[in-house]
Amino acid sequence: MRSPVSDFPGGLHLPGHKKRSTQTPIHKTPISKQLILPLQQHIGEAAVPIVDVGDLVLKGQRIARAEGHVSVCLHAPTSGKIIAIEERPIPHPSGLSAPCVIIETDGEDNWLERHPVADFRQLSAHEIRQIVRDAGIVGLGGAGFPSFIKLNPGVHHSVDTLLINGAECEPYITCDTMIMRERAEGILDGIEIMRYALNAGEVIIAIEDNKPASISAMQLALAARPQWQNVDIVVIPTRYPTGGEKQLIQVVTGKQVPSNGLPIDIGIVCHNPGTAYAVCRAVKYGEPLISRIVTVTGTDVKHCGNFETLFGTPISDLLNFCETKRQPDEPFIQGGPMMGYSLAGDQLPITKTANCILVGVEDVAPANEPLPCIRCGDCADVCPASLLPQQIYWYSRAKEFDTTRDYKLFDCIECGCCDYVCPSKIPLVSYFRFAKTEIMNQEREQRKSDLARERHESRLERLERERLEKEQRQAQRKAALEASKKAAANKEKAAPADNATETESPAEEKN
Amino acid sequence: MLTAIIAITLLALVLGLLLGFASIRFKVEGDPIVDQIDKILPQTQCGQCSFAGCRPYAEAIAAGEVDINRCPPGGEATIQALADLLDVEPKPLDEECGVEKPKMLAVIDEDRCIGCTLCIQACPVDAILGAAKHMHTVIADECTGCELCVEPCPVDCIDMVETQPNPHTWRWPDPTHVNLQRGHN
Repeated sequence: MRSPVSDFPGGLHLPGHKKRSTQTPIHKTPISKQLILPLQQHIGEAAVPIVDVGDLVLKGQRIARAEGHVSVCLHAPTSGKIIAIEERPIPHPSGLSAPCVIIETDGEDNWLERHPVADFRQLSAHEIRQIVRDAGIVGLGGAGFPSFIKLNPGVHHSVDTLLINGAECEPYITCDTMIMRERAEGILDGIEIMRYALNAGEVIIAIEDNKPASISAMQLALAARPQWQNVDIVVIPTRYPTGGEKQLIQVVTGKQVPSNGLPIDIGIVCHNPGTAYAVCRAVKYGEPLISRIVTVTGTDVKHCGNFETLFGTPISDLLNFCETKRQPDEPFIQGGPMMGYSLAGDQLPITKTANCILVGVEDVAPANEPLPCIRCGDCADVCPASLLPQQIYWYSRAKEFDTTRDYKLFDCIECGCCDYVCPSKIPLVSYFRFAKTEIMNQEREQRKSDLARERHESRLERLERERLEKEQRQAQRKAALEASKKAAANKEKAAPADNATETESPAEEKN
Repeated sequence: MLTAIIAITLLALVLGLLLGFASIRFKVEGDPIVDQIDKILPQTQCGQCSFAGCRPYAEAIAAGEVDINRCPPGGEATIQALADLLDVEPKPLDEECGVEKPKMLAVIDEDRCIGCTLCIQACPVDAILGAAKHMHTVIADECTGCELCVEPCPVDCIDMVETQPNPHTWRWPDPTHVNLQRGHN
């Protein structure tokens, strides 16, 4: 076991509220009658359906293929019938709809034939990445970036450290805590496969010190593999947001990821323990990613805990299973109280990125109207990215988006520490999210207007060319006409016949 | 005395040559200010500014012939950007030219289209696809929403619809407005 070498700036000591959901082992959620599977549950291009309405599918059968490079496949979480491929509301802060495949389950839960790999060392790194991609695995920490890309360091980078992020610093969420407690073996198997694919020098498993049970479970599993070299568990102090990728890297290795850079630039690749477990299931057992552990917790939930839930399960079914005080269509939070967002709607499904469903949060101040900023600087003190939130807020509010970029708006990880400490209760992160999407929109508009300019210019060019060609044709016709007139006149004069051919020849040359 | 005159003359000659060389070597093709203005304009090519497209309007602005507030599709943001670029006071949008509207997209009712090609000829960015006596359709990604195709259609089968955000293009609302609404409630 090693100790952390460094620290990150800012951060907060928050009440964890984690006991609530760690009292019972992981349960399986019963299979719902209907599963709603959005084609996009990951960052990148949406998957493309390869089934039709009316098709019967088996558990684990691929129902949508990856489109483009940054994309993954989607699988049927259980056996049943495809009853629709249509737009349905998805769990997104916008509340908008997106294309989904809807499966009516048959309750049989029949698996498609699986192809486990007995010894993954027989495979190349490329083949492992292909399996991970075909299994639809994305980062299960919450962002949902396709994992096979993060298993490919590329030719220009070598990986020194594979960092397993078991910090789980956000209050209430315990899905990583529980998976490390109960499935440490599987996680280590997954880590071994990932390490092999990345050819990583060392492995560090970082866990916050408020999870002693997870730490001892992982230590025990690790002790059973004495032949493993350079694998360490690092216990890090509990402080939010130490589980942020850049923050964790700084705490564990002392290195800083450059602004606009990626961890791979400094030889580090970061994965979630849940993702490692999914990789193990995909390679060792031939099972694609069709379910995840979801924490259901909050003050209004009767049976808090962690539930292995099939993707597409309506969140309302899961909440009914746990018994809540929530009224139908009352909003709930997906994610934690700091970084999650509020959702409403009973037919929203559990997706690959749904780590926690939170119903009822303790000690929330009533949403008062924010007061003016008094420039106390508390937000800058707690910012883990060393930004100046008060300045970015100011310029976001004034819609001076270029200036927000100068203040490194895009380095903001939206952890919410600034919101938490602001004495004026200004929703700072809401401003930053607003500014970020506005800037992205401006860039999109700029690209579109550049394209429109190009198309307009080439159209003008084409019209000009056509006009010139037309003029030329007219001139030729005119010349030909005049020539024939002349010839006719010459004939009338009873001139020799060869004269006429001579006068015609210049026109022909022109042609 | 003579030395001074010679020295100054030589100096003037050398510097003059240097300037002459620089003006040839570092000559700027075209008018960069027109390009900069053109880059800010939204390129809808709609002609609401009374010019035959964005570039002619940019040229007129650069020549100081017209105001910067004649572009309804660009709206306030474009006026502000032009004001910043040209270092002049921003003005409200000239209502003579039109009003700022949300982004629109032309949609052809394909059942009613008779394939007359008039809209294809009107489209400034070649965003309509079709042939004579064959159904036409709008390439949604290329359409700038300029509305120039609506007028020529003899069977009135082109509608302008507001573009709807999808989860990719959706933007977080401005918290200032959200708070104001909450305050009123």
